[in-house]
Formats: sequence, C-alpha cells, structure tokens
Amino acid sequence: MAQLPIPFDTLLSLQQALDSYRTSAWLDAGLSGGGAYPPINVFRKGDDFTLVAEIPGVKKSDVDIQVKGRTVRISGSKGLDQPEEASLHRRERAAGRFDRAVSLPFEINAEGVQAQYADGVLLLHLPRAEQDKPRSITIQ
Amino acid sequence: MATSQELSVPEKKELAGSEKTVPGRYYIPSTDVYETDDGLTLVMEMPGVDKGSVDISLENDVLRVDGRIDFDRYRDVEPVYTEYNVGHFTRSFSLSDRVDRDAIAAKLDDGVLTLTLPKSAAARPRRIAIS
Repeated sequence: MAQLPIPFDTLLSLQQALDSYRTSAWLDAGLSGGGAYPPINVFRKGDDFTLVAEIPGVKKSDVDIQVKGRTVRISGSKGLDQPEEASLHRRERAAGRFDRAVSLPFEINAEGVQAQYADGVLLLHLPRAEQDKPRSITIQ
Repeated sequence: MATSQELSVPEKKELAGSEKTVPGRYYIPSTDVYETDDGLTLVMEMPGVDKGSVDISLENDVLRVDGRIDFDRYRDVEPVYTEYNVGHFTRSFSLSDRVDRDAIAAKLDDGVLTLTLPKSAAARPRRIAIS
C-alpha cells in the first residue's frame, strides 16, 4: 500500500540521519548502515555488558545479529500481519526493514556472546574480550 | 515506492494525568486498529510484557489494557548508554454496543497484543438477494 508523503517526515528523517552521525564512541556508524532503529540500552555489570533492544512484533527468525571486534549489528524486518481486506482505522505501528550497527568502546569476546529474545525484547550478553581487560601491574 | 522504508525510532508517549500509586512510568502503547467483516482488531505493541503481566478488563463500555514490566532484570546492573525509557503500558478504548462483549479474544506474541472484538450478530453486514 503506497503511503502519501508527509512533508515533515522527510525533515524528521533527515534530522535523525544527521543526529546518528554525531561523533561519540557509541554512535560511530558501523561497516554497514548506521540506522536509528531499534533503540538500544547498554548496561554494565563488572566486566560484562548487556545490550537490550526493543523490537516488538519481530519474530525470532526475522532477526539477525552479527558481532565483530567492537561492532554489533542487529538487522531484520518487522511485519504488520494485516489481512488484505481489512479497512484501517488507525495506524501507529511501523513496519519495514531495520539494520543497525553500533560501535562499542570495548572489544567483544565473540565466542562468549549470548542472545536471548522474549516478548519483543532482545538481550545480548556481551563479555569483554580477554585481551581488552586492563591488567593490574604490581610494583616490584 | 519500490524500496521498503527504513524504520524510524518511535517516541514513547508518556501517560499524563492521574497519578498512580504503584511506582513506575506509564506509557501509551502504539496501537493499530483495523476492521474486517467479522469484527474489529486492535494490535498493541508492549515490548517486555509477558502473558502473566497483562490485564484486560471491560467495564462500563470501556476496554482497558494494562501491561506491566518486570524491572528485576535492571536491578543489579548499571546503565552506561540509554536511548529509550522503560515503563508499564496502559491504554483505554470506549467500545460501541456493536461489539459482541462475550467473544472478545486476546493473543500475545513477541510483545504484541492482538485483541479481536467480533461484531455482534446484529451489526454484521448482510447480503440482500434480489428475488
């Protein structure tokens, strides 16, 4: 179904694209696609980090996660599952493809990454790579 | 457009108005409403809400949906980078009498609640044949 272009949409998406290129250790655009969706929160517990992303309505099989070095890439597609002959009264949800690469300020141990997906929330346990952990030096 | 659109980040709308006694922010879940010949369907996005945390009630022609978030997973961790806020969800809709109240069905998958409100027999479209 084609959507009528709304003038403000173009301006807002330009603004979002510009905002996402702001320099920051967290927001460097990765190798493939900066993107703004899905919104992520990163938490820390000791040396391990947890990345939480909200992707309601996305099926587990439609999400693809890739980890390399310091970059995490979450991509996939979100569908709406609306039957063809339905007449729409209200549309507030969005559908489409998403592809977001986030650069983190630490090396990730790719072998130890665990991903869990439940109720539209994606949890990524990202352990810090061994060689990235600071070493204490004892003075002789 | 031949290419599919890039998804943009939806802003969570916070509920303004009456204060709740249970602590936590309340957000309004994004809802799609569409109608087929059989009835009305409401699709609400409530990420992080599981089956046991949803309350759907119908009182005085008002359908009210409450979804609660479990904050336990955020208890012992320290936030280092945040882009969105987490809170409970609530939304109310007033129903017309064309809805069959006893046959309302609900399904929750991947944080999306689908409510099916079948039309009462009197409200269904009728085909009239010319004799």
